[in-house]
Amino acid sequence: MSQGTAGGEGAPQVLPEGKERQRRGRRRKKKESKTRLVRSSLLLPEAEPEKSKRTVLACNQLKTTKYTALSFLPKNLFEQFHRLANVYFVFIALLNFVPAVNAFQPELALAPVLFILAVTAIKDLWEDYSRYRSDKEINHMECLVYSRNEKKYISRYWKEVKVGDFVQLRCNEIIPADILLLSSSDPDGLCHIETANLDGETNLKQRQVVRRFLELDSEFDPLKFTSVIECEKPNNDLSRFRGYIIHESGKRDGLFKENLLLRGCTIRNTEEVAGIVIYAGHETKALLNNNGPRYKRSKLERQMNADVLWCVLILLIMCLFSAIGHGLWVWQYGEKKKPIFDVPGPDGKYLSPVLASMYLFLTVIIVFQVLIPISLYVSIEIVKICQVYFIHQDKDLYDEETDSQLQCRALNITEDLGQVQFIFSDKTGTLTENKMVFRRCTVSGIEYSHDDNAKRLAMYQEPDSEEEEAAPKGGTLSQRDSICSHQSIKVIHRSQSTKTHRRTGSRAEAKRASILSKHTAFSSPMEKDIMPDPRLLEKVNECAKHLEVMRSHEQPLSYLSPELCDVFDFFIALTICNTVVVTAPNQPRQKVRDRFELKSPVKTIEDFIRRFTPSRLTSGSNSSSSSSLATSKSMHRFGLSVLSSTSTDSTLLKLEEKLAYSAQMNNNGYSSQQGRTAGAGAPEEGELRYEAESPDEAALVYAARAYNCSLVGRLSDQVSVELPHLGTLSFEVLHTLGFDSVRKRMSVVVRHPLTDEINVYTKGADSVVMDLLLPCSSDDPRGKHQKKIRSKTQNYLNLYAVDGLRTLCIAKRVLSKEEYGCWLKAHLEAESSIENREELLFQSALRIEKNLHLLGATGIEDRLQDGVPETIASLRKAGLQIWVLTGDKQETAVNIAYACKLLDHDEEIITLNAESPNFQETCAVLLEQCLQCVESKFSNNTIDGATGNMTVGFTPLYPPSSSVLSSLGLVIDGRTLAYALEPALEDKFLALAKRCRSVLCCRSTPLQKSMVVKLVRDKLKAMTLAIGDGANDVSMIQVADVGVGISGQEGMQAVMASDFAIPRFRHLEKLLLVHGHWCYSRLANMVLYFFYKNAMFVALLFWYQFYCGFSGSSMIDQWYLIFFNLFFSSLPQLITGVLDKDVPAEVLIAVPQLYKSGQNMEEYQPHMFWMNMIDAMYQSLVCFFIPYFTYYDSEVDIFSWGTPITTIALFTIILHLAIETKTWTFLHWSSCIFSIVLFFFVALVYNASCPVCHPPSNPYWTMERLMGDPMFYFTCIISPVVALLPRFLYRTLQGTLFPTQLQLGRQLSKLSPETRTQLLTKLNGKETMCQTQLFADSFFPSLGSNASDSYKADNQSTPLPTSPQTRESFFQEHAKAEHKPDQTAAASPQGALLYEGNKLPSSASSLERSMGFHEVRCGTAEVESLPVGTTFPWSSAVDQADFSLLKWITSTPLFSHIGTVLQVSSSSLQNETQDSMCVLGSSLQVDFKGLKEESSNNLQDKTKGTPTDHCKNDNSETTFL
Amino acid sequence: MAVNYSAKEEADGHPSGGVGVPGGGAVGGGGGGAVKTRKPDNTAFKQQRLPAWQPILTAGTVLPAFFIIGLIFIPIGIGIFVTSNNIREYEIDYTGTEPSSPCNKCLNVSWDSPCTCTINFTLEHSFESNVFMYYGLSNFYQNHRRYVKSRDDSQLNGDNRSLHNPSKECEPYRTNEDKPIAPCGAIANSMFNDTLELYRIDNDTRTPITLIKKGIAWWTDKNVKFRNPTGDGNNLTALFQGTTKPVNWPKPVYMLDTEPDNNGFINEDFIVWMRTAALPTFRKLYRLIERKNNYQPTLQAGKYSLDIAYNYPVHSFDGRKRMILSTISWMGGKNPFLGIAYITVGSICFFLGVVLLFIHHKYGNRNTSADIPN
Repeated sequence: MSQGTAGGEGAPQVLPEGKERQRRGRRRKKKESKTRLVRSSLLLPEAEPEKSKRTVLACNQLKTTKYTALSFLPKNLFEQFHRLANVYFVFIALLNFVPAVNAFQPELALAPVLFILAVTAIKDLWEDYSRYRSDKEINHMECLVYSRNEKKYISRYWKEVKVGDFVQLRCNEIIPADILLLSSSDPDGLCHIETANLDGETNLKQRQVVRRFLELDSEFDPLKFTSVIECEKPNNDLSRFRGYIIHESGKRDGLFKENLLLRGCTIRNTEEVAGIVIYAGHETKALLNNNGPRYKRSKLERQMNADVLWCVLILLIMCLFSAIGHGLWVWQYGEKKKPIFDVPGPDGKYLSPVLASMYLFLTVIIVFQVLIPISLYVSIEIVKICQVYFIHQDKDLYDEETDSQLQCRALNITEDLGQVQFIFSDKTGTLTENKMVFRRCTVSGIEYSHDDNAKRLAMYQEPDSEEEEAAPKGGTLSQRDSICSHQSIKVIHRSQSTKTHRRTGSRAEAKRASILSKHTAFSSPMEKDIMPDPRLLEKVNECAKHLEVMRSHEQPLSYLSPELCDVFDFFIALTICNTVVVTAPNQPRQKVRDRFELKSPVKTIEDFIRRFTPSRLTSGSNSSSSSSLATSKSMHRFGLSVLSSTSTDSTLLKLEEKLAYSAQMNNNGYSSQQGRTAGAGAPEEGELRYEAESPDEAALVYAARAYNCSLVGRLSDQVSVELPHLGTLSFEVLHTLGFDSVRKRMSVVVRHPLTDEINVYTKGADSVVMDLLLPCSSDDPRGKHQKKIRSKTQNYLNLYAVDGLRTLCIAKRVLSKEEYGCWLKAHLEAESSIENREELLFQSALRIEKNLHLLGATGIEDRLQDGVPETIASLRKAGLQIWVLTGDKQETAVNIAYACKLLDHDEEIITLNAESPNFQETCAVLLEQCLQCVESKFSNNTIDGATGNMTVGFTPLYPPSSSVLSSLGLVIDGRTLAYALEPALEDKFLALAKRCRSVLCCRSTPLQKSMVVKLVRDKLKAMTLAIGDGANDVSMIQVADVGVGISGQEGMQAVMASDFAIPRFRHLEKLLLVHGHWCYSRLANMVLYFFYKNAMFVALLFWYQFYCGFSGSSMIDQWYLIFFNLFFSSLPQLITGVLDKDVPAEVLIAVPQLYKSGQNMEEYQPHMFWMNMIDAMYQSLVCFFIPYFTYYDSEVDIFSWGTPITTIALFTIILHLAIETKTWTFLHWSSCIFSIVLFFFVALVYNASCPVCHPPSNPYWTMERLMGDPMFYFTCIISPVVALLPRFLYRTLQGTLFPTQLQLGRQLSKLSPETRTQLLTKLNGKETMCQTQLFADSFFPSLGSNASDSYKADNQSTPLPTSPQTRESFFQEHAKAEHKPDQTAAASPQGALLYEGNKLPSSASSLERSMGFHEVRCGTAEVESLPVGTTFPWSSAVDQADFSLLKWITSTPLFSHIGTVLQVSSSSLQNETQDSMCVLGSSLQVDFKGLKEESSNNLQDKTKGTPTDHCKNDNSETTFL
Repeated sequence: MAVNYSAKEEADGHPSGGVGVPGGGAVGGGGGGAVKTRKPDNTAFKQQRLPAWQPILTAGTVLPAFFIIGLIFIPIGIGIFVTSNNIREYEIDYTGTEPSSPCNKCLNVSWDSPCTCTINFTLEHSFESNVFMYYGLSNFYQNHRRYVKSRDDSQLNGDNRSLHNPSKECEPYRTNEDKPIAPCGAIANSMFNDTLELYRIDNDTRTPITLIKKGIAWWTDKNVKFRNPTGDGNNLTALFQGTTKPVNWPKPVYMLDTEPDNNGFINEDFIVWMRTAALPTFRKLYRLIERKNNYQPTLQAGKYSLDIAYNYPVHSFDGRKRMILSTISWMGGKNPFLGIAYITVGSICFFLGVVLLFIHHKYGNRNTSADIPN
């Protein structure tokens, strides 16, 4: 490389890139050149002064600040003027400088705008300063950089690191820039990094030294580095890096992401590494990935903006009105007789009426500008920040196990939390713990149930629940005593809780321990300690013995029985088919080293090798002869030249040597280990820790270890496995084909040390692996056996899935050398290609993963998180529709859904699985049919049976009996979903889905997840929330209105993309129900109040225009006018906006239904804006005209009259807020009092300060004089009273006569705890009744038509179960129900019954019967809706419900139609009802839960047995009833 | 170093942060030694559990408020109403629009052509206490925006600079023939300049009634806000040298009165005029009639005549001019409105209280059970 061009970067690239760098942090849009050249900075000439500029450009300095001292003002102002409101206000303030139209003292008019701008500017400045400080801290961290002068690495600040510098890093250091790894102290040229800072994944990732530098014999010397690196322009793709390194010789080596150390990661396990800086500073991938908090606009804010536009319109109308009025006023005096009070212009001429009105228009815009609330946006921002602060501080959203709390990442959508309608949840890690526990396995068709293991898990569960009970106790204790010494209590509480943990040895403790130490990812005692199944263990031992015998007797492995062979392979596969890294805890992050020295080979195996190697060579393909994988060191050293050149004899010879060498290595490892295990192996083994990328890998490795087949070491090219009797075996890993979500499997290609065969072990989802199995002919007995095994395994897999286990299939393939050789050639090509590498590797993997031999399958349990079912139940009660979108298989997903009560056993489940080849049409037909089915259920029409080659699993698992009378669950799989989401079908899909209570999408890709969310968001115009924890949920989280990330196991990607991050799923309950509701209600009320306040204040001025010739005059002094909003009336509303609680938290949690107020936008409906405006008009009229009449025809001057009006307005506004405030803390009181005192203080001081200072107003001594005037006080007392009387009265009457749910909730909180519980249960009963009523409504078109939105929404969530049935069958059912009044009684769809009854009002007897039946239904529903576990006297509940129900029924509109009939039958009805109630009550009291479970299980089995078409089902439904 | 770094992470945990190194403060501080819990403090404020009063507006709870308001307002209203009714007031419109009016001849008067007229009237009741004599104008927009602004407070405050160089706000009444106008501006220019004199007619003899012209302005106005220019000597003529009179005025400002402490800018008639009225119908205090002794009412019932030097043209804009004689009470002039308002509001509140009592009685019980299906 010539000295001239050698620089920090290639000379041609420097300039354009330098320009780009000016726009730091912005995405680089233009690419002047596709690549960047990096050369060693040491080659740079010494004379550098003129290059200093370039040095600055390429340095590693972090600068995230937006402003500099000089640029702050202009830049910040420029940014602030992007907000339209600011421009508007500045425009108005500037308008004041025009003499013809000015209304106020121009400087004064600027004040509020400047104030608002200043507040924002100070906020920005502060943020920028904290960024500056953190930048400085990071920039001044130190690292070792090679210095040319001193010929060694010297310590430098991070910011001094430049592109092309050589950096040396030690263990546990943080990487300062993106560095190309050139040397490592690790003999394999490996380096482990932890990427927790980047993606939160705590497992280690391997990085590798660039190939050619591995071969260096001596220590890496930066001075000798003369190669040029050509790589991509900086980009933000963490998972990709491509480039070449061009050596002096002109040879090129490919560079991959495995060679790159990313900034922000930590070096682990490796003593020392060195590399050259490729990207520095803002060009590092970490920083390019870092785009700060996103800006979302909340729904409320959108609504508010619409109302702001209305305000603008009102303003314009008012201004226009005034302008026209003024024009007329001027015109009426005519040309000649100008009155003396009409002042001509400065030139002595009078304006024409038209001109005057035009000027006036501008003037009144200034005067009325307050109508557009200048402080609205600032106030909202302040309130939201405070709300976020309080959400942050909520200790209920803190998770002690992980020591993490809620994080708000989006500051401006807090109120959206209160309006969510749809929740889209991931399953794994969100609903479940994502802590995989090995539960069961099946090997070659034999199931090992691991009963002991199940018992062990049950034991873990118990302590957990015990602990859960203990924890809240401690919590309340500390809460109660917090007044005295909160600190000490906390300590006690902590020690107490740790004691509990120690005693029980619970999962929680383990988790905490693991968090604290942070050395192991995904391991807890639950995963580690696995009780092996005795039968299987025996087999393993037997197998190992056989093997030992065989080995010593030099028998080939094939003598082993196929079953034992499978068992052996199964465990080998579990152990090695993964990417688990082994660490020893004593030396954290120090890899267990098992490098084996070369010793004399073992004869037996050597024979294998001898036989093996020549055959390979004779195969003729030179590339196939390379046994090591691309990443293996040996190949780099020896095989590279072989691969690149054509096959010649000499190279073949070399190759032979090499292969022999590598084989020896393996054998040596094997033999040497044997000795070792006897001594140190056993005790050490227990100490080993496994770090896995995904928790199920670790679970499997631990499971294998339980069978004494333990992973003891993993290097890039070999895996050491310790086996009973056999000692340690070293498998040479030829390739690792990593897991990806498309293939849904991973494989390792290894050379088996015993057989020396090349084996492929594949582990993957059963659906894919099963398809890849070697087809077996049914003729030969072996094939038959295989088939049998497969079908058995498939059965067990289904069983596992029913149990909610995650299933994995383990398979193996033995490759012949020829096959392998062929494949290897292509694979190496794929690996070395630079374009399309991923695609080619994928294809390559597909080629080798076929014709597999099934070994077995595993079932791993993913436990539900604490409180998930309760949370879901509660959220559902709150009217939220919960969809689960998961990548898991259908069975697993469905079972988890049942486990977490997402699906109920008494729900009808619609399963959409399009299985026919022509998906598209099938799917369309399918959807059509389901929709018809569902709709027919609503309309009670019969439809014809469906035909076609698809399965419509219409499985009514159990007839409805819960409070939601009948509900549908929709289960759809990924393939069907893909078609359902197509534009043609999406409407139908949505129509179907929204009728379902819960929707479960299985096997869905991340893209599908986001598409579903988007579909619901856009088409239903609903507020959506997506919650997930993994990278696969990111797209969905980003699409949803509110994205929630769970800061759990799977890394930080979801959290980074989310708006809110919570530690556990259960925290969603409080976040939504309490904080969401509060934020929404607070903000909604505040916004409405804001509009009211400004309108009321401005209207005062407007009325005055009628009495001042529409001249734009104002009786309120300009000071008050301008500062009224800013100072006098702002604090109380801020306090209320931040602290008001309409309903206490306990009640919100206890009565989730209250959340619906947010969904239905009850607090801020469009009409409320107008109601508030009308109220504002009324109030301003009162506040204007009472002083008007009081001072009519008196000697009062403008300001002596205007000041009382201002005072009255202030009182009214504050009292109005007082009416709207629901909770008064001392802060509320003091803010109100402060506001009033401040006003009087300012007024007194201002009016006494200077007699001539404030032209044109001259309010000298006005306030002082007024305060000596009794009339002032009398006016100030009566006006607010009159102004607020209507609102006060309305609130009172509404609270008394038609209280909203929220008001009821508030009343509830006032009651004593006992009465409250009683009432809560009653309220639940009421809920049932409401819903029943809704049914009646929905059956009455006339009634249903004017039902409100909420009613409609409820209708959707409570679809009718009515299937096309005849009346006869109905009563048949009914009769049965009477005989056994248990849950089955609830079976019959009551809606249909009512319908029937209504159609035949004359048949009194049938009605009577059906009525009785109806009662049973309601009663059941009520009892069932009680929270299970509360010790509530059932019978009393039934009693209460009894009469209320009767009362209600007689008042139902439906029955008013047939009231006469009812009258006749009511008495008998009552008797019947009571009877059935008693029976019902008692039976429930005895064995409520058991009964339900039993019956549901029965029914489930039945239904499973008859998965039939929809129409058949109608029949079957009646039959099994 | 690692410790350093994690400390930074902690600091970066703030939501708005998150710049710097990514993943700021996500999963606890890495290899840091001391474990700092993030558990939020369990304080009443942070957990939003501050002791609070939670009023619930229902008929039962607000009942007392309505009764209390009713019970307080009605007596106040009665008090105010009675006081207002005890005030004697007599008002004469002397605009002269009706042809029968003696002032009809002066209807189209202009500023500089004086016209006098006399109106006789009879007081039915005697005015016992001090009587305030007002002039009232109607349809006169003294609150017009440009009119209100058209003054120079500094000039009126005696500032010499402003005297000779008045504020621009005074345009177009700022200068006349290149001389600054003192006092400048439209307000001063349009000063009310009718002269009213009151005579008691006793057996055809006209006894002039003493009208006191001092003490009608606010004390602060007279002594603080308005001041004559200062300079050598007290000769106002000299002090106002170099200025000219407002266009409509017949004589300059320093000739408004003969008494030096009521002349120039501190002339009380002028000060009263300069305090611009809030509404287009207003009255301004013109003179005081003090009660001489305790044996005689200030104005006995009987015949009186009002001599008017009619200078002020109001007919062109349909204005009206009135002379008002009124006694005052602690609450000012006669105005029954507030009393009636208090009585009405009090009654309404009382009535509403009764209604609410009824509602409470009927629905309140159901209410406490908090269980009303909608």
